[in-house]
Amino acid sequence: MSVVLVDAGGTNIGSVRYALQRLGADAELTSEAAAIRAADKVILPGVGAAGPGMTRLRELGLVEVLRSLRQPVLGVCLGMQLLCTHSEEGDTACLGLIPASVRRFAEAPGLRVPHMGWNEVSIRREHPLLAGLGEGEQAYFVHSYAVPVGDWTLATADYGGAFSAMIAHRNFHGMQFHPERSAGVGARLLKNFLDL
Amino acid sequence: MLSRRIIPCLDVRNGQVVKGVRFRDHVVMGEIVDLALRYRDEGADELVFYDITASPEGRSVDRSWVEKVARVIDIPFCVAGGIRSVDEARAVLHAGADKISVNSPVLARPALIDELAAAFGVQCVVVGIDSLRDGDGEWRVRQYTGDPAKMQALPRRTLDWIVEAQRRGAGEIVLNCMDSDGVRRGYDLDQLRAARAICQVPLVASGGAGAPEHFRDAFVEADVDGALAASVFHSGAISIPALKRYLQAEGVRVRSE
Repeated sequence: MSVVLVDAGGTNIGSVRYALQRLGADAELTSEAAAIRAADKVILPGVGAAGPGMTRLRELGLVEVLRSLRQPVLGVCLGMQLLCTHSEEGDTACLGLIPASVRRFAEAPGLRVPHMGWNEVSIRREHPLLAGLGEGEQAYFVHSYAVPVGDWTLATADYGGAFSAMIAHRNFHGMQFHPERSAGVGARLLKNFLDL
Repeated sequence: MLSRRIIPCLDVRNGQVVKGVRFRDHVVMGEIVDLALRYRDEGADELVFYDITASPEGRSVDRSWVEKVARVIDIPFCVAGGIRSVDEARAVLHAGADKISVNSPVLARPALIDELAAAFGVQCVVVGIDSLRDGDGEWRVRQYTGDPAKMQALPRRTLDWIVEAQRRGAGEIVLNCMDSDGVRRGYDLDQLRAARAICQVPLVASGGAGAPEHFRDAFVEADVDGALAASVFHSGAISIPALKRYLQAEGVRVRSE
């Protein structure tokens, strides 16, 4: 099985690659359209802001490539948000593969933004990506923008209200937390993606 | 609901983990990767590697160990020490660090915080603050605390600096209260409460942890998001699983695996 990591300038790309290596998958780091199209699994990592993230995908000529993919695709953190239709962050039009809009966490007393740390991931609907995820298990989140709960939501987390921790629509999947930094829980969920 | 974070801090000097008392008299505690793995296995929520020699010596952090840690560790980690530019920060982040923490260099040039936030997003940018209470009762920041000979007292008030750092793009503040550092009498709750009142981003307490109650107090009384400690973990005086069981029993939400 071939796995590629789309190199769109996200700083967590090395960490995601190491996490895959720990699972025995040697992911190629690429921004080549042909390599991405040919892969069995495609992962779009990403740390940073939506605007620069989309600009980078456009510069690399990858927007249509990603839209045309039929194999399982996983977006991580910003990568997940880029799969959506639109992000409030910089009023950015995203890839439009998951019909959700990304919103900033509303500031509230005691609600610090960014949402940073370990939070519980609760299953909302059954999906192979969630296999083995136990009750009360936590994953590591770092983000200021989030995807609201909707038809696309596989699992939620709660931070001043529920938001999407994991999403899926057709062959496109997203994890808002960092599976590469979520200890055993993250490893299991990444493995689930490799097994899709 | 978000869990409170327990964060062992590994002070790095010449590629090894060290610990001093009140920032002086450093003793070697062990190898970086060994200790990182030990804390990961014990249930640490995050690790901070602080190259305490980097800033005073005018060099950037040695990156070779960052990649080694990133390969084996599956919890987040932050690297601090002499990061003076966006390029140096990028190198550390690309080596696998999740966050970079800046301290002395942003006191010298605060605009670096803006530059880092613009380049990587605020979630990657931690501002570390070393703070000491002066004779007049004001908390003020200290620079180059890794080397007693080079440490400087600045006229900048700690609370003013916390406000400015957030405005410029700090995504998290680590407040190291030097009066209490390494002496295990508890976190400086007065100072942490004052900081919490003006800090809208995550706040991490540092300096003074000696007993499980100190962690509870920091979380319950000062409402900090994370508590950082070094010597009590390195020496085995407090085990992380026991600490988390205690905190859970005290009603503090923590992660258990």
